[in-house]
Amino acid sequence: MIKVLMRSVREYRTPSILSPVYVSMEVVLECIIPYIMSRLINEIYGNDMKNILTYGFILLGMAFLSLACGALAGKYCAKAAVGFAKNLRRDMYAKVQTFSFANIDKFSSASLVTRLTTDVTNVQNAYMMIIRIAVRSPLMLVFSLVMALVVNAEMALIFAVLLPLLGFSMFLLIRRVYPMFKSVFDRYDNLNDSVQENVKGIRVVKAYVREEYEKNKFFSKTEELRKDFTRAETTIALANPIMTFCMYAASLVIAGWGAYIIVKTFGGYDASGLPVWGQLSTGDLSSMMTYAIQILSSLMMLSMILVNIAMSRASAERIVEVLSEQSEIVNPDNPVTEVADGRVDFDGVSFKYSASAEKLALYGIDLHIASGETVGILGGTGSGKSSLIQLIPRLYDVTSGSVRVAGVDVRNYDLKTLRDSVSVVLQKNELFGGTVKENLRWGNENATDEEIVEAAKAAQAHEFVSAMPFGYDSRIEQGGVNVSGGQKQRLCIARALLKKPKVLIFDDSTSAVDTATDYRIRTALKNVIPGTTKIIIAQRVASVMDADKIVVMDGGTVAAVGTHEQLLRECEIYREVYETQTKAGENE
Amino acid sequence: MNNRPTVRKGVLKRVIRELFRRDKIKLAVCLVCVVTGAAVGLCSSLFVQMLIDDCITPGLSDGLSSVAGRMAAYLALFGAVYAVGVLSAFFMSRLMAKITMNFLARVRNAMFEKMESLPVRYFDTHTHGDIMSFYTNDVDTLINLVYASLPQIVSSVATIVTMIALMLWFSVWLTLVVIACSVASLWVAKTVGGRSARHFLSQQRALARTEGYVEEMMHGQKVVKVFCYEERATAGFDGINENWYREAEKANSFANMMMPIMANIGNITYVLLAFLGAALIMLNAVNVTLTGVQPLTVGIVVSFLGMSRSFSMSFNQMAQQTNAVVMAMAGADRIFSLIDEKPEDDNGYVRLVRARVDENGDLCETDERTGVWAWKHPHGDGTTTYTRLTGHIQFFDVDFGYVPDKIVLHDVTIDATPGKKIAFVGATGAGKTTITNLINRFYDLADGKIRYDGININKIKKADLRRSLGIVLQDTCLFTGTVMDNIRYGRLDATDEECVAAAKLANAHDFITRLPDGYNTVLTPDGSLSQGQRQLLAIARAAVADAPVMIMDEATSSIDTRTEALVQKGTDRLMAGRTVFIIAHRLSTVKGADLIMVLDHGRIIEQGTHEELIAKGGQYYMLYTGAFELE
Repeated sequence: MIKVLMRSVREYRTPSILSPVYVSMEVVLECIIPYIMSRLINEIYGNDMKNILTYGFILLGMAFLSLACGALAGKYCAKAAVGFAKNLRRDMYAKVQTFSFANIDKFSSASLVTRLTTDVTNVQNAYMMIIRIAVRSPLMLVFSLVMALVVNAEMALIFAVLLPLLGFSMFLLIRRVYPMFKSVFDRYDNLNDSVQENVKGIRVVKAYVREEYEKNKFFSKTEELRKDFTRAETTIALANPIMTFCMYAASLVIAGWGAYIIVKTFGGYDASGLPVWGQLSTGDLSSMMTYAIQILSSLMMLSMILVNIAMSRASAERIVEVLSEQSEIVNPDNPVTEVADGRVDFDGVSFKYSASAEKLALYGIDLHIASGETVGILGGTGSGKSSLIQLIPRLYDVTSGSVRVAGVDVRNYDLKTLRDSVSVVLQKNELFGGTVKENLRWGNENATDEEIVEAAKAAQAHEFVSAMPFGYDSRIEQGGVNVSGGQKQRLCIARALLKKPKVLIFDDSTSAVDTATDYRIRTALKNVIPGTTKIIIAQRVASVMDADKIVVMDGGTVAAVGTHEQLLRECEIYREVYETQTKAGENE
Repeated sequence: MNNRPTVRKGVLKRVIRELFRRDKIKLAVCLVCVVTGAAVGLCSSLFVQMLIDDCITPGLSDGLSSVAGRMAAYLALFGAVYAVGVLSAFFMSRLMAKITMNFLARVRNAMFEKMESLPVRYFDTHTHGDIMSFYTNDVDTLINLVYASLPQIVSSVATIVTMIALMLWFSVWLTLVVIACSVASLWVAKTVGGRSARHFLSQQRALARTEGYVEEMMHGQKVVKVFCYEERATAGFDGINENWYREAEKANSFANMMMPIMANIGNITYVLLAFLGAALIMLNAVNVTLTGVQPLTVGIVVSFLGMSRSFSMSFNQMAQQTNAVVMAMAGADRIFSLIDEKPEDDNGYVRLVRARVDENGDLCETDERTGVWAWKHPHGDGTTTYTRLTGHIQFFDVDFGYVPDKIVLHDVTIDATPGKKIAFVGATGAGKTTITNLINRFYDLADGKIRYDGININKIKKADLRRSLGIVLQDTCLFTGTVMDNIRYGRLDATDEECVAAAKLANAHDFITRLPDGYNTVLTPDGSLSQGQRQLLAIARAAVADAPVMIMDEATSSIDTRTEALVQKGTDRLMAGRTVFIIAHRLSTVKGADLIMVLDHGRIIEQGTHEELIAKGGQYYMLYTGAFELE
């Protein structure tokens, strides 16, 4: 896992190394300062101003050096962590671009969004902690301990008691509180879900006058959350008094014992009136106290960091999942880079969405569509209409059999060539933030303004686009929320038309367009792109009635193929659908 | 450009007022503990000074035995003081956790309570994301303020103030050093911190842009594939990502640098003190203190070192908190703006009551479940009249616009007599759904009036009005919970049998019994049910409500014809005997309606029965007989 993540560090390796280096230097300096300080304090008894000056300047120099190191560490740490996050996000994004539809289905777009946003931020913060504070705390702990041993090994023994005491109690505390917080977070998500549900369903809530009911439901959820949260927080709150206890215990013991040693082992004054210190001096005492604080707070810090890093583990795992995903559809070697015409052939095709799926989504499909034909596809939900057409631009690969465009197996084409020639207007289509023109240019980035208008006219979008405040330069909001469903579908059609494809596929692309407009679109297609093969999936018989050929799908296979008249005569399913849509009600 | 989030005045005051509304005793105890904790921290500095000057220094000349007694006494005394410190830390943390969690629950509940009472218009004008962020980001910053920042600030202020007094008591000169260094440290915090804050805001914006882009592209990823847009999409992302990096790098650099710089200024102070103290002692300089001129001792210098350490620590912590406080204030301000939002007003006074017909043939109120409902209409002269609920709805010259200067419905007049089916036909955006939104008063009219059983609906209490209307909306919106819960949503006191009966009526029973846990299957937000099944459940939900007037805003364009037929059977049964407003997508439904309204750009351009409209040969006729048929 770590190896995969580390691949994204790249150009930020140097700052990633510099940060801990500077941190270490800072720590060393910070540990030596109290020691030298104790020398300086002892000098007070010595009455030699020159020594004090020397020590003073050394100390000042060290303090400034430590400041510089600390600041540089902070700077490089930020550079490294932010850069790492940038690369990580980019790598994931680039990876997703290689995904096939099957890969996208596996993750779902909502989860990809979380992985690219929240999860990356979590990992960025963890990384920042690892290369700075996670280096600082243990180093500080070790160095301070070493220094304490240097000053007075006997007294340093109290850390042999306090460290395990603090460490062990923190361990117990965290182990106890970790599952508590997990359940708190679950409840928290649950609570937010119910807010979201209420925001989305506010009309239903109000229509059924369920405000009180929802409120009570919410109140009991907050109460549960409050109880759990309080339990977790009051437990973790024990860390504070435990830490305070250790701190005070250390200072009491050091002070008392230290004073005792100082006085007991004092060697009197020498000839020049200088004190002869025994095992401990007054200066040592003050530095011992400083080390005690440093040791204990480093340990405390360390345990907190470990918890934080552990919490980001889940995020790291989710990121690695994306990075290690292999796309199932890749360009073939020596691909064919030209699509000759719009002929489409299915030979003995069967298909399932994933290898583990039990049911075939399509089976036994033999279908032949001549170039320039208009083909309608009809069938109930789950009959395999969308699955069928998604095989043509190789959005999914067949499980067995073959799909050919212009007589060449789609798996032999260059993907870009194939998809530029086979234009699909997806059922769940999207517009993107930007102007109308920018959105349409997705189809062809070099399209002239005239071509754009022409395509929009054919898609019956020209009229409403012209009525927008800035015409083709009007902004489409993210996700196309400022145009109606029908308008969105028409813009998507125009965009697909701009590709000038050999095969044009509508996957229920006019469901929100009213019937009159739907009819005009079909008429325009016939006149504007007569040579293009047009495949139209629809719910309404009217949308496909005038096609050269209508394919009726049922339960994952082709039930019948024929013209409207033929099918009315021969195909029961077709007749049934036709009647429920047009005739029903007349006899009521 | 002002980079700090703007906050209304008095927000902090209000947070504190809200905080003190409950748990007053806990808060008082907590406050005492915080101050005690700070005082004990202070004493530990004194302790070192006393120990050195009163025990060690005399001990050095007079021997251990002469000071042993005093030393023991000091240790005992400070042991006791420290014990108090530990206890106050214990109580402080526990109480603070409780107080915060209680406060949090109160804030959440207040927000939700207000949210439920807001008019639908509020939800039109605020995105779901914005509303959600009240509950997530803003609440989070508020917890942080109450739980971490406030106690920290109180404790820091207490420490700083007393520490200055204590330091002055020992030595004015050394105190000046500490203060000078603190000012320097403050200056650094202000410049570095200010820069960091500025970049943090632009970083936040850049991050929001990155995330927005990611969200949009991930949702459109299939479109990206279809249009071979991968490279351009990546290039677009790189630009935005790089931009974020530049801002984030600066913001984090400054933020990361602040702590080490401030901590090391602490170190420098430390060094300066020792140095200056040593020099002063050696030169026997005059040491001015609050209590006059006192000699400077080693003990004082050593304890000053300790004091300067805790002084700069408190100081740094304060500086760190300022940013958190500003952020939290912005969050709190947003939360309060939600809480202060004006709720949906309801001046209705006509209530819906159970009724029975008394011996004189008049309606009167009753508690029995008679199946008869009446509008209880109190009048200005003290009398009360009862009008039977029949489901007669009339529109008189109704004008309406979602925004005042953009009228979307013009002069709509409808007379829906009890039991009649009214269908609305027209293009998307013609105003079909809008009409139904007016009947249940999700929105108020711009002009004209709507009467329900002869009563102006403005006079009817909204809750009662809505209770008398059964609604199946375009967006089905089921809730997390079991299938049974979702059906019962229509009427909370419905028995299981009634719910099952409603499901059968709606044609939903069959598929429900095939679900893994039948009626006890738990529905999740993402939902494992198909759109058609969800629609059937929504119909069952309306069936349980059993209201005399139904509004059916069907959306069957995404449902295949066979499922649609199933849904249709359900709705047909549900509609029998009720006044129904149908936004129809199917010809058969429209044809069967008693009155068909053809809407175009917010106006009723034709109305009549199917036969009448066909005979008329207008727009409806065109739609019906043209080369294309109706949706």
